[in-house]
Amino acid sequence: MAKDEMNPAFKLIGTRVLRPDGLDKVTGRARYGADFAAPGMLFGAAVRSPHAHARIKRIDATRALALDGVKAVVTRADFPTGLTGEDWNLQENCMAGDVALYDGHAVAAVAATSALLAQDAAKLIEVEYEPLPHVTDVDDAIKPDAPAIRPGAADHSVPDGMPPNVVRYFEFGHGDLDAGFAEADIVRAQTYRTEATHQGYIEPQACVGQLGADGKGEMWVTTQGQWYVRWMCAAVLGLETAQLRVTPSEIGGGFGGKTTVFIEPLSLALSRKAGGKPVKLVMSRSDVLRATGPTASASMDVKIGMKADGTMTAGRAEFRMQGGAFPGSPLNEALECAFAAYKLPAVEHIGHEVLANRPKAAAYRAPGAPMAAFAVESLVDEIARELGLDPIAVRLKNAVREGDRSSYGPRYKSIGLVETLEAAKAHANYAAPLGPNQGRGVATGYWFNHNGDTSVSMAIAEDGTAQVSVGTPDIGGSRASLGLMVAETLGIPYEHVRVNVVETGALGINEPSHGSRATFASGKAAVIATEQAIAEMCRRAAAEWGIEPEAVDWVEGAAQPAGPNAGKFPPMKIAEIAGQMSSTGGPIAGHYEGLPEGVGASFGTHVVDVEVDPETGRTTILRYLVVQDAGRAIHPAYVEGQFQGGAAQGIGWALNEAYIYGEDGRLQNAGFLDYRIPVACDLPMIDTVIVEVPNPGHPYGVRGVGETGITPPLPAVANAIAAATGARLRRLPMNPPAVLAAIKAVRGG
Amino acid sequence: MSKIHVTATVNGDSVEFLADPRETLLDALRDHLGLIGSKEGCGTGDCGACSVLLDGRLVSACLVLGVEAEGHEIETIEGMAGPDGTLHPLQRKFIEHAALQCGFCTPGFLVASKALLAKTPDPTEEEVRYWLAGNLCRCTGYDKIIRAVMDAAAEMRGAA
Repeated sequence: MAKDEMNPAFKLIGTRVLRPDGLDKVTGRARYGADFAAPGMLFGAAVRSPHAHARIKRIDATRALALDGVKAVVTRADFPTGLTGEDWNLQENCMAGDVALYDGHAVAAVAATSALLAQDAAKLIEVEYEPLPHVTDVDDAIKPDAPAIRPGAADHSVPDGMPPNVVRYFEFGHGDLDAGFAEADIVRAQTYRTEATHQGYIEPQACVGQLGADGKGEMWVTTQGQWYVRWMCAAVLGLETAQLRVTPSEIGGGFGGKTTVFIEPLSLALSRKAGGKPVKLVMSRSDVLRATGPTASASMDVKIGMKADGTMTAGRAEFRMQGGAFPGSPLNEALECAFAAYKLPAVEHIGHEVLANRPKAAAYRAPGAPMAAFAVESLVDEIARELGLDPIAVRLKNAVREGDRSSYGPRYKSIGLVETLEAAKAHANYAAPLGPNQGRGVATGYWFNHNGDTSVSMAIAEDGTAQVSVGTPDIGGSRASLGLMVAETLGIPYEHVRVNVVETGALGINEPSHGSRATFASGKAAVIATEQAIAEMCRRAAAEWGIEPEAVDWVEGAAQPAGPNAGKFPPMKIAEIAGQMSSTGGPIAGHYEGLPEGVGASFGTHVVDVEVDPETGRTTILRYLVVQDAGRAIHPAYVEGQFQGGAAQGIGWALNEAYIYGEDGRLQNAGFLDYRIPVACDLPMIDTVIVEVPNPGHPYGVRGVGETGITPPLPAVANAIAAATGARLRRLPMNPPAVLAAIKAVRGG
Repeated sequence: MSKIHVTATVNGDSVEFLADPRETLLDALRDHLGLIGSKEGCGTGDCGACSVLLDGRLVSACLVLGVEAEGHEIETIEGMAGPDGTLHPLQRKFIEHAALQCGFCTPGFLVASKALLAKTPDPTEEEVRYWLAGNLCRCTGYDKIIRAVMDAAAEMRGAA
């Protein structure tokens, strides 16, 4: 339970109110991406490359267009040329140009009067390919004989002599690394590998797009960020950005994967070619897995020096990541998070960004941080075990605190790492007895959290209720948390506030709901906007009373004189002020546009107990504890939900999930049967402790809680398996065959 | 391909629609009858987001053809609350326990849970977890869903 559920300073913050979208979602009324229809709508389908790497020699749509009811076919020839940088990357990923770069890469799209007809027509579009040599593995892609995927794609950061698929290279760090390692009693270095995984949102990408010959367009789409959809579509299609209006639907999960575009520009291109009729595109699950952004795969060398008492003296991380055939893997974030929990006098980071014939990586919950944690937190555990030290004690000994310099440069402001470690140590799970073949693993994780472009408006209605317009789609209960903060600030019941996620025409630009920012950034903006409305209501009351506005306070939903000297008037309630607003000066509203300062980073510590079947190598999660610093939990149930959901995704990544490419470069498990995410019987209840070290940069102390929780599970589970079996797995996923082989290697040797 | 006329009962109402023989029951519900509460998450029977009851039996609507509905009774999420909108205890408990985040899988979980409680009014946690193993949720880690189902079951037993 959040401490502040007991905090008398707040009436609403920290309470578990019902979410405002709950009724629509339990009755099936809520409208998601595929639930939208427009009059006269056509249906689209994409043609996708079956090859990992192939030159497109010819596309012939004659037979498709001959079908009755087929209205338009688009290829790259229907898109503008001359794009550069990320605009080009987006365009190329949405629709292949001369070369298909991965299995699933779109090469054409068709619109017809029904979805079945569109699928039939897609099969009739003839594409002639000349297959090219391909590479899908990150370590293979940097071998000297690897096929060059995009010669010349390397940027200026890459030193001469690097393999052609290395397109970005960087180093950063501080301190004397050699001196640090020399000071250590024990220095260990290991290599760790993680496979690509998918966000696995249950709702496939879906949109309805409409674009006229006048360059004006509309889109209804499932997305984490309607303004991102707008600028990306405008860039890919060469449109004026403000002429597009993008309305977000309810979103069926995103986890970062819906912060970019895939099919959205195709629906607009098809619409324009079909005379401006709206075109609906819905991805199949197979296409989602083959062609929307998974996360990167990583190959990571880590070296750590430690004294016998557990003091870490130096750390070095050299990571290679592939994020598909495009730059954009979360290499910086991974390296910046790698040693973030540790106060290290000397640290070095080296990054190699590598291209491979895979789909363009998209953000996935704390992008990069889970891989980095797997490598570093596994090695910390290995060394602690070798030295016979308690894993929490080692982390406490080296834990960063407020004022410490982080491994990636900036000094930490208020942070709660130590508090999460202490809470984990004190939790009953950390003392629970373990039986045969059982083991306990501990790991910490970190995420920066983020502010980003934020625009919010709020307004008072005629009856004294309030509306809030935000640009951050609600993926985990943010309308509830925003409603709580606005109601608390106004001093009115939570039920009197309606929070609306609005379309691009209604506000200035907003970044998506990413970076754990919705409750922090839109929340801070909404509180500032609300304070403006309160100030205006105080001015209206002051005018009515004939006193100075500064002499009016806002208390519990009413204006009242600030003190005896201000005059003696009964409090003027919000409903009264609102009811008169048309005759006292017009609408009462507030707004915020900016980059909310004061982001508060979040640390977490996880403790997991596993049992490993020595006969099959199967790992069962017995207990799972998430301890994380939320700053303040505005709605504790949805904070717990973020912790639990992040842990479940991390457990899936640790034990089961992986992109499996065949020798032919094709994805072999493009469906939920073979890309198996955790199901209900794979998991126990997931215990949570919400630590609250309030973020001074937010009016209610919010840090943001969405991402940190996926970071520790990968190493925590690996550490638990090592404790249970004596076998250390340094490669994910740790599925039964892998665990069994590791056990046999230990026992056989 | 010519369409086939289908008559069925959906949520107690007699309905008719014209189905392409290749269309699924899920397509028919969503595209012909406007019942968009059943969701397509995979189209291959792996995710459970399209769970409906066919003559009282839990099925994935994406694995049933629309024409197969002829003469049968189908219950979807839209038929779960009472005619006056009174929520089923499972629906209410899902909201109270914060057992949904994005909500996309929620209709399928609710329909599947109702089918469980119809035959097993007093399930263990393990029984709930195994019964719902055919419904994927990516947001919650299942914890609050399991608690909501167990709590709804307890309330329904008490009310019975």
